[in-house]
Amino acid sequence: MKVPILSTVFYVALLASSSAANALTAERAQVLIDTLRQDCGSCHGMTLKGGLGPALTPEALRDKPLEFITRTILDGRPNTAMPPWRPLLTNEEAEWLARQLKEGVK
Amino acid sequence: MRATHSLKSIFILLALTLTLSVVSGCTTLSSSQPESVDALRGTGNLGVIIERATGSVLVVQQRPARILKRVEGLGDLSHASVVFSPDERYAYVFGRDGGLTKLDLLQGSIVKRVIQGGNSIGGAISADGRLIAVSNYEPGGVKLFDADTLKLVADLNSQAITGHPSKTVGMVDAPGNLFMAALLDGDEIWKIDASQLPPRVQRFPTRGRMPYDALMTPDGRYYIAGLFGEDGMSLLDLWHPEKGVRRILPDYGKGEKKLPVYKMPHLEGWTVVGDEAFVPAVGHHEVLVIDMKTWSLKDRIPVYSQPVFVMGQPGGRYVWVNFAYPDNSAVQIIDTETRKVLETLKPGKTVLHMEFTAKGDEVWISVRDDDKVCRYDTQTRQQLGCLKAQKPSGIFFTWRAHRIGL
Repeated sequence: MKVPILSTVFYVALLASSSAANALTAERAQVLIDTLRQDCGSCHGMTLKGGLGPALTPEALRDKPLEFITRTILDGRPNTAMPPWRPLLTNEEAEWLARQLKEGVK
Repeated sequence: MRATHSLKSIFILLALTLTLSVVSGCTTLSSSQPESVDALRGTGNLGVIIERATGSVLVVQQRPARILKRVEGLGDLSHASVVFSPDERYAYVFGRDGGLTKLDLLQGSIVKRVIQGGNSIGGAISADGRLIAVSNYEPGGVKLFDADTLKLVADLNSQAITGHPSKTVGMVDAPGNLFMAALLDGDEIWKIDASQLPPRVQRFPTRGRMPYDALMTPDGRYYIAGLFGEDGMSLLDLWHPEKGVRRILPDYGKGEKKLPVYKMPHLEGWTVVGDEAFVPAVGHHEVLVIDMKTWSLKDRIPVYSQPVFVMGQPGGRYVWVNFAYPDNSAVQIIDTETRKVLETLKPGKTVLHMEFTAKGDEVWISVRDDDKVCRYDTQTRQQLGCLKAQKPSGIFFTWRAHRIGL
């Protein structure tokens, strides 16, 4: 059961990445998804429907460009509780996460 | 003798089951279940562990440590918290999705569950045990419920009261059947007098931006909100509310660069030792020591990373600290006398919460990513064993029923 999910994530990772050479490994993708659910989830809710931070569902993010979401992840939002994740994520990883959010986290 | 006891317990349980009309309660009578909760027992030895990812909670026994029952169907439990009825029989679980669930610890079952808001962050029970208060993010404000029936008795909407929507945080009870809360976006502290209905709300400006959490000192006198938007804290003296909010520690961290905060600290575990209080610093790898006579900063203790909970071991000499993402696999123990870190424990991957037994001989530590809750002897700091739990977060023992502000 676990293997197909991982390979789907890996496949999505390959598709999502701008350069296939920098594609996320299936393992890293899984870590990022876990981080998204558990740690981003501590403010945005584990189902990403919002909490201290706003909802991050595809509907909530419909009008937000991919670059805006990526930048918000990397640099945070001044005067709010949203921290910059740049010390922990690469640009590609942030963009991959932004795409996951736009499309709906599987 | 034994037979009489178990017969008696069955009769008591049957009677309770009938009065409460809990249909599922019957299953707990089955003697074939090894982990059933049907033995005649008190509740002072019990507790609840939140399993945040699966919407379930574990009803646990403290000594000897074991899981009595997993109760499912409590919704989104990320950031869930629990308060107990004064008789320690019922646990009220506040879920992220606005769910308020009343749990019967003896039956190991849900008595009642309501979705009271869109998004909530915590709650409290009144000193007399009659009312449950929930602080909501969505819609912002506070709702009060009858503790028996979970029927809504008052809706204190922040939009209606202040003219602006605001997330509400730091909900605690205070002496005199008061509830205290703070408005994250509204920069206010609310003193809610629930001794009569409808409740009366008194509003106090925090004189600082973004209160993110708050606490009552254990004596029930001071309500203190931590500020995220600036350095310092906002203090309201409930003996003298007419004096308004006082800003304390205003100069703390001035001119220093704050680190990114990946997890908000919690103030619930505020530790008072003599005239000193130990609290987490926001955006710094430090625990702060506050002089409670002057409310000034007395010391800054360097620790492993950014603290989340700074919890006093009953007995007062030691505080146990856990840390924010991404350095969240350690626990440090500080000697409050020397103000030095004595020991660093590594219980496993992602430590989320700690709970002491009432007299502090043991501490239970939830280790989310290893799916376990581990017990430590606080004297030797040796691990005593672990219970399996699915992505455990908060641990709540029933002694909380008798503490102001918990």
